[in-house]
Amino acid sequence: MERTCVMPNKSKTDPFLLKDCALIAIAAGKKAQNLRELREHIRNIDLNSLYYHFWGGLLRPRFDNPEYHNDFAIWVAHALHNRLVAERLAVIDPMAYETLEDLRTELIETIEECLDEIQFPTWAGRDDQFEFVRYQIVIFDTNITVTHPEDLVRVFPRMPVGSIFYHFIEGRRRNRNSLDDFRNWLMTFGDEYAELGQSIGEICPYFTPLRELRKELIEVCRSHF
Amino acid sequence: MLEKYAEVAGRDVVEHLRQLAGPLKGLRLVHVNSTRTGGGVAEILHKMVPLMQELGLDIRWEVITGEPAYYECTKSFHNAMQGNEVNIPERYLKVYEQTNSQTAGGLEEELQNADVVLIHDPQPAALIDSFPRHKGKWVWRCHIDASRPFRPVWKYLRNFVSKYDASIFSLSNFAQQLPHPVYLIAPSIDPFHEKNRDIDEDDLRETCARFEIDPERPVILQVSRYDRFKDPIGVIRAYRVAKELTPNIQLILAGGGATDDPEGEAVLDEVRTSAKDDPNIKVLLLPSDAHRTINALQRVSDIVMQKSIKEGFGLTVTEALWKKKPVIGGDTGGIRIQVINHHTGFLVRSPEGAALRIRYLLHNRDLMKEMGEKGKEFVRENFLVTRHVREYLTLIYALLNSKKERIELS
Repeated sequence: MERTCVMPNKSKTDPFLLKDCALIAIAAGKKAQNLRELREHIRNIDLNSLYYHFWGGLLRPRFDNPEYHNDFAIWVAHALHNRLVAERLAVIDPMAYETLEDLRTELIETIEECLDEIQFPTWAGRDDQFEFVRYQIVIFDTNITVTHPEDLVRVFPRMPVGSIFYHFIEGRRRNRNSLDDFRNWLMTFGDEYAELGQSIGEICPYFTPLRELRKELIEVCRSHF
Repeated sequence: MLEKYAEVAGRDVVEHLRQLAGPLKGLRLVHVNSTRTGGGVAEILHKMVPLMQELGLDIRWEVITGEPAYYECTKSFHNAMQGNEVNIPERYLKVYEQTNSQTAGGLEEELQNADVVLIHDPQPAALIDSFPRHKGKWVWRCHIDASRPFRPVWKYLRNFVSKYDASIFSLSNFAQQLPHPVYLIAPSIDPFHEKNRDIDEDDLRETCARFEIDPERPVILQVSRYDRFKDPIGVIRAYRVAKELTPNIQLILAGGGATDDPEGEAVLDEVRTSAKDDPNIKVLLLPSDAHRTINALQRVSDIVMQKSIKEGFGLTVTEALWKKKPVIGGDTGGIRIQVINHHTGFLVRSPEGAALRIRYLLHNRDLMKEMGEKGKEFVRENFLVTRHVREYLTLIYALLNSKKERIELS
């Protein structure tokens, strides 16, 4: 593929190298058949697995589930048939926690609260157990380089959803300041694009499918320039 | 070839393959399975091998063969992995081990020096015992629904499988506890396979004429080997219930035999007996290379069924979705990740449930069309051979480079 250099370099900052990514799933070797087992496994599971069950669904073959946004909530709704608990799990926003350990703690506390209230816990069928999965991420070069923020307006529409995942979602886990790659790059221009960065920061990545996220990013960029 | 795939799957998808294959150029990978014809594994390999070769890898494909007792034994393994209680005589296990050991002798140089050996299913799993000091990485690929294997048989097979460097199951539900990374990789179809490529109208008309199918009346089809796990008798029952309110429907059961399946003939007899002399049920026994016929039958159908009781993945489901057909499938195994209720078809648990959905779909033609469109895009994004190759290459790269979580290519 040809390397696309968009617009002459108007600044001295490094260009933005657009990447793409895919996840490959690996069984974590743990299964849960009821809420109590789920809690115990969450207590000990690798954080990579926790991350996968909150965010990995965005890149998996499925139709959007508008009700529940993480695998735990979906499982509780469909396998344990407990919509009350599913709602409580679904409302946990992983972005509200500084670290995945904090998220783990919140998840365990929520499940424990639910367990306190449930008189007769239900069990999932033998084929409907929750299977913990971890992942490896493979990162590809797209051969697209963005040299100036204005060019994001043209680059976003043809950005693969894997790129949105990698830069806008996975970047927050990778970067020390927990910001996505776009905002980190805009910060290298000083205050010039602070407003754009703020608008991008207001887009919530958790409750929106990747294609919709891309539309929101396009919209924010178009409004700015 | 890669250019053709780029047109169907997307340029970025093929570019990913090139990037992954770059550092693996010249790598020698040997696939070993038990048949070159019949069944999903052989079909996948027929397309995957040339594609990986074009990406610059040195790919070989070897087949293990044996005497009838060997196939009896491996068929029992297959049934046991799918949960049937089977009693395998000790002498069959001896034949199994001897067959593997003899095959290992013939493939010694090839397997000893390969960078990666990919062993498909239980039939050649014991080969690893003949290579205690193998040079490359050995990966065991299980294509079977192993969610609840019959434990004594799995314990026997696990002795071999646990010696591998990694294994692959199609779904997390099938994955077993093993002392190495257990990857989850769904199978795939090839859009350019004779079974999936576009067919012109004349060929479709000719197929209808050949099998006396009335194209003006609804056609329900199930394509699968004559195997009890595929529940062909249940399909006939569903047809009979549906026919009470939709009398003009036709049912086609189309299948062939695989060379490693000794039970097929008995099941076919049961199916013929059950169909009796109903002129609207066609029970077709097709040769394993009747890909174009299968393709045409899928295209002239209104609804495709895969009413399996157990199913590793169900490539016939993928094929039907690719041809924009709604699928009524058994709520089991890999069918569950392809047939999404109200999106690409319906999951059912009984012949009655299947009958209900047949009637529902035939009375909602617009919905059938919408599901068909969705199904094709769903396959394009998730179940084409390009995704499958990408995941194999990722696994190989990760194994050879001891990568844990991140694999960065540039």
